[in-house]
Amino acid sequence: MPTRLAPVSIDELKAIAKRIRAHIVRMVYEAQSGHPGGSLSAVELGVALYWNHLRCDPANPEDPNRDRFILSKGHATPFYYAVLAERGFFSTELLTGFRKLGSPLQGHPSMKALPGIEMSGGSLGQGLSFAIGHALAGRMEGREFRCWVMLGDGELNEGQVWEAAMAVPHFGLGDRIIALVDRNGIQNDGFADRIMRTNPPAMFAGFGWKVIECDGHDMAAVDAALAEAEQPDERPRVVVAHTVKGKGVSFMENNPGFHGKAPTREQLEQALAQIAEGLA
Amino acid sequence: MTQAAPAAATREAYPYALIELVEQGVDVVAIDADLSVSTMGYQFGERYPDRWYTVGVAEQNMVGIAAGLAACGKTAFIASFAVFLPGRCYDQLRTSVAQPRGGLNVKCVASHGGITVGEDGMSAQAIEDLALATSLIPFDVVVPADFEAAKQAIVAVGKTTRPAYVRTGRPKVPGIYGSDYRFELGRATKLRDGSDVTLIACGVLVGIALEAANLLANEGISARVLDMATIKPIDREAVLAAARETGAIVTAEEHQTTGGLGTAVARVLAETVPVPMAFVGVDRYGTSGKWDELLTYFDLTPARVAAAAREAISRKR
Repeated sequence: MPTRLAPVSIDELKAIAKRIRAHIVRMVYEAQSGHPGGSLSAVELGVALYWNHLRCDPANPEDPNRDRFILSKGHATPFYYAVLAERGFFSTELLTGFRKLGSPLQGHPSMKALPGIEMSGGSLGQGLSFAIGHALAGRMEGREFRCWVMLGDGELNEGQVWEAAMAVPHFGLGDRIIALVDRNGIQNDGFADRIMRTNPPAMFAGFGWKVIECDGHDMAAVDAALAEAEQPDERPRVVVAHTVKGKGVSFMENNPGFHGKAPTREQLEQALAQIAEGLA
Repeated sequence: MTQAAPAAATREAYPYALIELVEQGVDVVAIDADLSVSTMGYQFGERYPDRWYTVGVAEQNMVGIAAGLAACGKTAFIASFAVFLPGRCYDQLRTSVAQPRGGLNVKCVASHGGITVGEDGMSAQAIEDLALATSLIPFDVVVPADFEAAKQAIVAVGKTTRPAYVRTGRPKVPGIYGSDYRFELGRATKLRDGSDVTLIACGVLVGIALEAANLLANEGISARVLDMATIKPIDREAVLAAARETGAIVTAEEHQTTGGLGTAVARVLAETVPVPMAFVGVDRYGTSGKWDELLTYFDLTPARVAAAAREAISRKR
């Protein structure tokens, strides 16, 4: 049975988060394409999860008893690949190939292209359904693993999310699936409240989920929210993390222009300096 | 050949095939989307309740769940009507099933294919599903002609690890095959030999092609009839032999003439031995009616297939 790491301190998690952020801006700069905004907003969620909650073993990534992390917001690959590499699933040297010909690190994830990549993505709205399939198979086989599914808030516009959201409690999979919503408030075309207004806590609650909200950049708060989500409850749990798109880089923060745009050389230097200083 | 079975709908074969697969040790999980009384999936659910789920009217979710099951090693079957599967969930089939790891082990069995769905009218009549399914790169695509063929085809795709699309039909159609029939994925069945033209058909059009061959025989025209149940991968050798040995080809399908059987056959001919060819299919949206009335309404008849054969033969050099 894959186990968690020994508990990692909040300070250590913050240090890891800095490294992840630096990878993200470097990868997008190197590729001169990619999605920095929604990658930077997800960092604390991903770091707290992979280092303190997810039962996985990078040396045995296909263990049928592993917890699954399913990235439904598939454009957040800079975040995802950086987390997997830092957690030991593959070498951080591979990150420089992001989005380049010949690299397994495609712009959107390709299932099993590298160890730890659980699902192909890029078309939004599909991760929660995929998790249900894993969870049903796990229950049929008497396995205890859990699926953590990360969704974007813009992604919640997709109807399939709600087909799946109603099915999770219906099938009694609340202790096998936990949803994480990166509520950064910005989607491709602009601020979510203008493009398509959603109320993730009310919507999930309406579908029978227990909603846990937290400041998505307060590492201790995120860690505590994930721990709360793991506690048994008759309802499935969703962590709605209130985040800032582009978090940690001043000119990317809350800027819809950096949903899917690369920084210049100058901007990269500025971003790396800010990340090192710990603007986040 | 032993005597053909009595009339039955190809969709009725679905639960029998699934039960056979489980009995042979295949780890089947099947999902329906609120149409199980019509897809007949409920009969599998009654037999193996622990292996069957219904997801309500939610085809996109059904595909995603099947992909997750397949990623965990299950052989996942999903069933709905051919207008909804793949029509309502094409993107999910592409992103969650066709692309991951070269194709996950998900089998679509879509009932109520073509215009013979009948009274429900044009929105329910799938004449695009084969074009969509054949465009999914790792998918096998099969359109069986009768109950026995459907049962064996579903069992056959259930034994591969590739994704597949099997189209079945709503009405009870006369049996073509007896119990000695052996379906082989990717292999056409030569139902009648001939030397002047080859009629290549799938599904309900196979029986119509056989009747057309009788009409042609009365005029002294010798027509070969192939049941091309597997549209993808198509039996290139059978098409090539038909072109070389009969010199003219007619395809007949309950589907539009773009993207289905006719297109697949035409490609083989274009790449090998181009011969005169005619396409019989449905290139307009439909209307309500009894299934056999609709076959006449859309001119999917022995007379039309025979006329197409004469026309193709007339273009031989």
